[in-house]
Amino acid sequence: MTDMSYSPSRGQSPALKLVLRSILYILLGLFALFYLMPLFVMITTSLKSLDEIRTGDLVSLPREVTFDAWRTAWSGACTGIQCEGVKPFFLNSLLIAVPAVMISTLIGALNGYVVAQWRFKGSNIFFALMLFGCFIPFQVVLLPMARVLGLMGVAGTIPGLIFVHVIYGLGFTTLFFRNYYVSIPSELTKAAKVDGAGFFRIFWSIFLPLSLPIIVVAVIWQFTQIWNDFLFGVSFSQAGTQPVTVALNNIVNSTTGVKEYNVDMAAAIIAALPTLFVYVVAGKYFIRGLTAGSVKG
Amino acid sequence: MSPILEVKNLFKNYGGTEVLKDINVSIDEGDFLVLVGPSGCGKSTLLNCIAGLEPITRGDMFIDGQNMTNVSPKDRDIAMVFQSYALYPTMSVAKNITFGMKVRGVDQATQDAKLKQVAGQLQIEPLLHRKPGQLSGGQRQRVAMGRALVRDPKLFLFDEPLSNLDAKLRVEMRTEIKALHQNLGASMVYVTHDQIEAMTLATKIVVMKGGIIQQIGSPTEIYNRPANLFVADFMGSPAMNLIPATARKNGKGSKIEIARESGDPIFLIDTKNKDLPENVIIGVRPEDIADAALGRAGKTQEADCLIDIVEPAGADTFAVMQLGGKPVTARLHAETKAAAGTAQRLAFDLGKVSYFEPETGLRLN
Repeated sequence: MTDMSYSPSRGQSPALKLVLRSILYILLGLFALFYLMPLFVMITTSLKSLDEIRTGDLVSLPREVTFDAWRTAWSGACTGIQCEGVKPFFLNSLLIAVPAVMISTLIGALNGYVVAQWRFKGSNIFFALMLFGCFIPFQVVLLPMARVLGLMGVAGTIPGLIFVHVIYGLGFTTLFFRNYYVSIPSELTKAAKVDGAGFFRIFWSIFLPLSLPIIVVAVIWQFTQIWNDFLFGVSFSQAGTQPVTVALNNIVNSTTGVKEYNVDMAAAIIAALPTLFVYVVAGKYFIRGLTAGSVKG
Repeated sequence: MSPILEVKNLFKNYGGTEVLKDINVSIDEGDFLVLVGPSGCGKSTLLNCIAGLEPITRGDMFIDGQNMTNVSPKDRDIAMVFQSYALYPTMSVAKNITFGMKVRGVDQATQDAKLKQVAGQLQIEPLLHRKPGQLSGGQRQRVAMGRALVRDPKLFLFDEPLSNLDAKLRVEMRTEIKALHQNLGASMVYVTHDQIEAMTLATKIVVMKGGIIQQIGSPTEIYNRPANLFVADFMGSPAMNLIPATARKNGKGSKIEIARESGDPIFLIDTKNKDLPENVIIGVRPEDIADAALGRAGKTQEADCLIDIVEPAGADTFAVMQLGGKPVTARLHAETKAAAGTAQRLAFDLGKVSYFEPETGLRLN
């Protein structure tokens, strides 16, 4: 039945076509509504006062719009004993995510460049092992990673979390860049070698300038992963270094007495904004970059 | 004077497979060496070995007398043009051409002067600010040549540079490369699978098959005296006719008998070659079988042959018949009266005939 929209419309009457089209758009509209519903509830709830939430309907629009909940969520909500809102944790997340994304993307690009263009003995096995890293569940590495971080003396610190995320992201970024670079003819590297360029020169001058689409993919992927990470954040942090996801959990779970749904919602939206922002800004490159390499221009 | 390029006993293995076996070639300054052979014969690998892009397993390589066997590509004083052109996609044409100089730290004034000179030579001045993506195939080809020319190297290497162009442009660029070679007097090594390119460009041809050199020689030598059945079949278009025949001693020469399914065998007298084995394969170029009626210079022997197919090609008309169980092509005059299904009196010229041993495929005369 869903095939209708794809079947060639040759031989169908205009009326039938119109009906089929309408059904298609109604279905699409319903799905869109279904997916937007939670966001709608979150936004409206965050703009209501606690009284209104208690007395009103879940899906109704706020009678009186108030940003108090947002203010509290940002700088006043309690996460356990401390009541500074999500602000410091938001900053922690930025301090973790930005360097981790940059480092893992850059190293992934270099790895991919080597595996795709500078084959060495065992480079395929090396790549297969990197790929295998993508499929190791987070939980498996928790204990060994805690030990490693302890040995390195960075347990519970932001550099420690950056390290964890770089290591965990390398499998993915290497995969992205390798698949992108493998479609670039090896003659390009050869030509540059004859021209006298070395390993890094070729990477900086020729491969990196070509890589914008795949850099965008790697950045979006890594940023989303690292920003949204909870398990590593809760396991390898301490009081001052927790990321925003952990703080959000603490706000929601550790309040005593009245549950401030509006503050919870506002905090959740704040925590989700950066990834949303990255998608909106770079989303169009994301699709392009994902399919690049599979289709040769 | 030492040869500009000398390859000595070169072997190349990929894992367990030998792709180049005991290659020995040398060329003098100003030579145009063409490596030709079917795909997978190792010709591109050999070129990559000369460039230093592939390490060699055994053997030595000298460029202008210096041992370059273990020297990196950038220090070999070579320039290379690739099949896919391999232009740097994010750089403008000008930057593509000057990239090598920039890497080697040549000063800006020299870079500009050389760029200007090469751009003029190849007539690509209007393209200098474009990106490779905005160029046509022929233009890209020119830029790739420009990148090689600015280096002013001891040796130019070309890896099938014309095979991505359409037929007309290929012929044009072929002529341009030949002109370039004549004007520069540069030494070049050129890889192609196209035997016509090989014939037209080369001063020296290396025919390869299965990683082994089959024959080295000037285009005329290769064409007139192919060393074995493979070379005979590979070089020339249409290919040399290779007909199984029986040879008998006849005075100072031989009497050659070619069997025919329909009718009597053809007897040809060769006055120059004696002591041939009984079973031979006789190689006759299509142009050595002509219309008897329209006459031609040289000593010929005539025979009536039943024509199966007539293929007019403008300047010539090709006629195909069955001799010795093989289709045989004759290059006839455009005004021939030959028609399919009728007998035609043809003149055979054995002046440049080749004989091959059927088992080994080696040349006998």
